[in-house]
Amino acid sequence: MLTMKSTTLKNKLIIAFTGLFLCFFLVIHLLGNLQLFLPEDQAREQFNWYSNALSGNILIKIISWVLYLSLIGHAVYALIITTKNNTANGKNYHYDKRNFSSAWNSRNMGILGTILLIFLIIHFKDFWYTYKFTNLPVDAAGHKDLYEVVVQSYSQLWYVILYEISFIALGFHLLHGFFSASRTLGLYHPKYVKAIKIFGWGYTLIITAGFMAIPLYIHFK
Amino acid sequence: MKLYLKIWRQLNTSSKGEMVDYEIDGVTEHMSFLEMLDLLNESLVQLHERVIEFDHDCREGICGQCGIMINGRAHGPLKHTTTCQLHMRSFKDGDTIYIEPFRATAFPVLRDLKIDRTAFDAIIASGGYIGASTGQAPEANSIPISYETVEASFDAAACIGCGACVATCKNSSAALFVGAKITHLALLPQGKIEASKRVLTMVNQMDMEGFGSCTNTEACEAECPQGISVLSIAKMNYEYNKALIFKK
Repeated sequence: MLTMKSTTLKNKLIIAFTGLFLCFFLVIHLLGNLQLFLPEDQAREQFNWYSNALSGNILIKIISWVLYLSLIGHAVYALIITTKNNTANGKNYHYDKRNFSSAWNSRNMGILGTILLIFLIIHFKDFWYTYKFTNLPVDAAGHKDLYEVVVQSYSQLWYVILYEISFIALGFHLLHGFFSASRTLGLYHPKYVKAIKIFGWGYTLIITAGFMAIPLYIHFK
Repeated sequence: MKLYLKIWRQLNTSSKGEMVDYEIDGVTEHMSFLEMLDLLNESLVQLHERVIEFDHDCREGICGQCGIMINGRAHGPLKHTTTCQLHMRSFKDGDTIYIEPFRATAFPVLRDLKIDRTAFDAIIASGGYIGASTGQAPEANSIPISYETVEASFDAAACIGCGACVATCKNSSAALFVGAKITHLALLPQGKIEASKRVLTMVNQMDMEGFGSCTNTEACEAECPQGISVLSIAKMNYEYNKALIFKK
């Protein structure tokens, strides 16, 4: 009797689902961050209120746990697949021009992902950890003043540059990742493949431009 | 024209190979790439040296036997072309050409440029056929099927199994090959019956043979001599996901 040990496509499905959830999360994250574009006083009050509201909500808590699991799952399964692929690849060519036939970002999702992982560690430490586990000063409404942390962080040029580089990596990662996930899920009809490709481009441009604009806006304000 | 060749020489699967330099003169632009290698082999015979072994059969671009990595690209610099259909007019006098076998853990080198593609046969044997009894040849029009479906199935069936997709894939994935076979059969009324079982067993066999996983770089489609669409990989994923959900 046949033993079903196939894991390749199942692993890809895990990467696709976690990746798409992270794509969805980025939309919510960007929408929340748009409040930073408000006039300073209003932005401080509203952004701090919003951050406070999020941390108290049970539904948000569940989603954040799904988010942590997705991040870890996405990275771990990417690592598993990459290791397996390296084994499958075997010996290298002496003269290798295979990169001629495919897009640069599609071949380097691992490098882009590693940049994003390093970025996330810094980002979690400076915002997530600072907000959750340290005693921050409070604003007029009595909410922890996360807005001040944002302003202080982005006042440093090197920090802005770090974020901008990471967002460029994010853009290239999303450009391939979003469409690749649709393939893994089995979208094969040419009409919808084209639609998803256009949607993927639009999504990537909006998300990347949106996130890139925030540190620049706050730094040069 | 005169060419400087760097060719992979390896006595057998267990021996360690190396790149060996050769010079060849008198190559004309009308020669096919394989004829150029024939010419080199003739000179090796006269020198009583072991000839360079490579796979070939029809030399018409339809059998899928030939397949060499030429200057770092599967089947050489042209898109959608087999090695035998590549001609020396694609090169110029004084060029250095790197010639290596297709590489993947699942494709061990047998000798020089010859590789063992039994892994592909094992995938086909695991389910790449129609097992349902179809009886004697029926009246052709008794099974309604649209022209577009027939064409799409035939486009996928055009795969010659040369292995360029695996050779050019950074993950050595056989997804395009397996996707083409799955798509070819899943589109036809006779093939639909066993579609779920087929996709599960063939993907399982693909894994067991040690191929990597597809990361949708689409390099395979660019190098495929038959121009098999990467959408057949998406179709395979679709059939696989459907089988995972609905299998009993």
